[in-house]
Amino acid sequence: MSTTSTSTAYEPVIGLEIHVQLDTRTKMFCGCRLSFNDPPNIHTCPTCLGLPGALPVVNERAIHFGIMIGLALGCDIAERSLFHRKNYFYPDLPKGYQISQYDVPLCRGGRLGDVRIHRVHLEEDAAKLNHLGTSGRIHGSDRSWVDFNRGGTPLVEIVTEPDISSPEQAREWLILLRTTLQQLGVSDVDMSQGSLRCDANVSIRPAGSTRLGTKTELKNMNSFAFLERGVRAEIERQTHLLEQGEAVVQETLHFDPVSGGLTPLRSKEEAHDYRYFPEPDLVPLVVGEEMMTAARADMPVELPAERAVRFERELGLHADTARLFAFRAELGDYFERALNAAGADGSRGNGGAALEPAELSNWIPQLVERIGSDADPATSNVTPESLAALATMVKAKEVSRDAAREVLTLLVNEGGDPRAIVEREGLGAITAEDNGLAEIVDKAIASDPAAAEQVRAGNMKAIGPLVGYVMRETKGRADGGEITRLIRERLQG
Amino acid sequence: MSGLIDLTAAQAAERIRAGKVAAADLFEAYRARAASDQLNAFTWVAEAAPQTGDGANAPLGGVPVAVKDLFCTEGVPSQSGSKILEGYRPPYTATVVAKLRDAGAPLLGKTNQDEFAMGSSNENSGFGPVFNPWDRSRVPGGSSGGSAAAVAAGLAPWAVGTDTGGSIRQPAALCGIVGLKPTYGACSRYGMIAFASSLDQAGPLTRDVTDAALMLRHMVGHDRRDSTSLDYPGEIEVPRAEDLKGLRLGVPEDLTGAEGGIEPGVRESFEATLAVAERLGASIETCRLPHAPHALSAYYLIAPAEASANLARFDGVRYGLRVDGDKDLVTMYSRTREVGFGAEVKRRIMLGTYALSSGYYDAYYGTAQKVRTKITEDFKTAFERFDFIVTPTSPCTAFELGAKTDDPLAMYLNDFLAVPMSLAGIPAISIPSGLSDGLPVGFQLAGPAFSESRLLDAAHALERAIGFDGSKPRQ
Repeated sequence: MSTTSTSTAYEPVIGLEIHVQLDTRTKMFCGCRLSFNDPPNIHTCPTCLGLPGALPVVNERAIHFGIMIGLALGCDIAERSLFHRKNYFYPDLPKGYQISQYDVPLCRGGRLGDVRIHRVHLEEDAAKLNHLGTSGRIHGSDRSWVDFNRGGTPLVEIVTEPDISSPEQAREWLILLRTTLQQLGVSDVDMSQGSLRCDANVSIRPAGSTRLGTKTELKNMNSFAFLERGVRAEIERQTHLLEQGEAVVQETLHFDPVSGGLTPLRSKEEAHDYRYFPEPDLVPLVVGEEMMTAARADMPVELPAERAVRFERELGLHADTARLFAFRAELGDYFERALNAAGADGSRGNGGAALEPAELSNWIPQLVERIGSDADPATSNVTPESLAALATMVKAKEVSRDAAREVLTLLVNEGGDPRAIVEREGLGAITAEDNGLAEIVDKAIASDPAAAEQVRAGNMKAIGPLVGYVMRETKGRADGGEITRLIRERLQG
Repeated sequence: MSGLIDLTAAQAAERIRAGKVAAADLFEAYRARAASDQLNAFTWVAEAAPQTGDGANAPLGGVPVAVKDLFCTEGVPSQSGSKILEGYRPPYTATVVAKLRDAGAPLLGKTNQDEFAMGSSNENSGFGPVFNPWDRSRVPGGSSGGSAAAVAAGLAPWAVGTDTGGSIRQPAALCGIVGLKPTYGACSRYGMIAFASSLDQAGPLTRDVTDAALMLRHMVGHDRRDSTSLDYPGEIEVPRAEDLKGLRLGVPEDLTGAEGGIEPGVRESFEATLAVAERLGASIETCRLPHAPHALSAYYLIAPAEASANLARFDGVRYGLRVDGDKDLVTMYSRTREVGFGAEVKRRIMLGTYALSSGYYDAYYGTAQKVRTKITEDFKTAFERFDFIVTPTSPCTAFELGAKTDDPLAMYLNDFLAVPMSLAGIPAISIPSGLSDGLPVGFQLAGPAFSESRLLDAAHALERAIGFDGSKPRQ
């Protein structure tokens, strides 16, 4: 993990609060369908409009998803949990209170990757406000209208312990969480559409201290990049304050991704006494063995965090690569298909050693670099089988690493079989046994007697230009190690 | 026509089924009376009988029902006695009203009530007070005062009310009719404009015990729209008992002692009723409900706390009254609620908001819930020895309009004997036990959860033996 550019005298302490819209068919407490971008206020009923006399009924599917999330995060699932009313006035909250879980949530404890989970609870989403006028906020807008289609969408709130120590870690962990939720199939987890929303609690303290500093809450970081940038900006702001001898004030800040600035929310918008009390319209939520069994049955075979561990421990992948493949499931899936192909393909080609998973794994970032960092390699022209074949050819020294990179570019452009491309383009490796290579080595030595003399004297740094000469002459078809060996043979006997 | 209105609902249904009376004629007889209501009991009256047949085949025979204003009725004003909902016509109908309609009891009209069911005299209505048909200078009780007055005056054969802390039983007592608060959860609350969700229950206000049983039978049952509603075990039976042989009645000295402030005339009628019960074969003993005297204090924390949240939705944004806020949201909220809510509603919202406030929750709401649990346990213990607990329904008879409006605490004490049962969630019925100075007195029987059929049986035997004549206000 790289460190931030901020002062090393302070260390950041970061906790995240994530809201996840559940991908149920209907809303949390009524039978209205979930929707996105439909005409406003068509998915409404007395309950989600907060009409007089209407009552909430808990969506069983949302509970099911909540339990699955709890299981995936290793939480304790409460046999009995409570819904509370969280009271505040706002036009997006038709009842004047949000039904949420408070001191007896569905899930407590747990861990995902290297971050502990504090709690996971269920609640309902607010409606969507639209403001006309220049302010873009309700205060001072000419007119505001409310779209209740979103109101009552089931939400899960996941609160971490303050275990995160850098903006990069925050971003990476959120990606892990997203992949985990994706794998569970409980949410769209699309930050740009708001189905995954993240707030961050940020404080800093002198490095090595165990006391927590005053924290601020950052809102509106609706992409992984914004999260990283927002947290970094806030760490810098707090560091600057402390370095100036000033104090951090506990407040809620709005991150503007355009300007990169942090502005405090008006105190009116945050100074709430929510007057929580148990929701008398609902009975306690009792999770029986039957519901637990049903949730366990719907759990995926392997969650991303487990997959990362397997990639690292069982397949010997570098830790960063293991996490990358596990957290970006499409990369992991592609890798595993290529790995299977390499096995089935007879990876011990030419009597050489087996293709190591780690060796194969190195080719995936190469591929991703060529198709665009967000693209799914499975949709590219390069099949996992042909990538495996290419890696195997490199391993067997049938093609040099440099030539293979060229082959990969061709594969990305036109697809097809790597072996055929190597033949067609004449990119097959030139080996020591090949007389042509010995001749080129001799020419290299002749072309630069000064360098040759230094190598002869034992200065291996001077070998570079000679190797470069051979590489150029062979158009990269010869293996660098092989060339070095041949040059030393000639000059050092 | 006047002969028609002398029939109880059960008798009328019987005649309609036998083809002796046309449901439409019965409807029109009551409709005409309700439309010329002098008691301010109605806030809305149907213009004509419904077109859907004559109800002869339905169990309730087409006998129309008056419904407390706070029940949502599709397309019909449902204002919960509040100016903030003036003219509000909901897009759906409350479950119990729909069940009664489907059982053959069409909507006759909507009845006046204390605003959001907060009151014991019906003087808190945004649409004016209701007058007691026994004496129009007096209150009918509340909050279901319109329902009680309408039934007592023969403006409706029967009515639906709601009881949160006595709001069916107390007006039934003050108007000389029968009122039953069912077990909490027996009837769906879906479509009842909420006052205090953990206490509100719908129930019948009727001329006699048989009518109460008949109506209740078609109200109870689990509703998938109300998570707190329950499957009613068995069916509400038509009461037939003529004696009380073997029944053990407990008189809770903690409620009927000096603290209850029971008027001499009420006590006299209560004692006389106990004597009747004994004659019918019941045994009568005093019993203890040690925490019951604290019920009123606990109730006035729990109910306002829930109300403060339940009434937050009346914010001027989506329906009902909106007073312009000069482009400022908070100003719009406060002006709307300032103008739309009456004084008692505001008082209770403030009480409830305070009771739930950070730092006060444990001391107020938390403690009140503990008291509630204690009271529930008191009743459980008492029901190990007694079949029913009996008290007067209200410590006093109908009082003069305005007599208690300046003294909220005196007003709250009207429910001293009714609130403990509400907090315990148990069923209780009030039947007329006689007159005191020409005004009706109510006798209350309370039983364990889901004991309604037995309770109705006992009430039926007493009713027959007492022989109360409630016909005077119908003249």
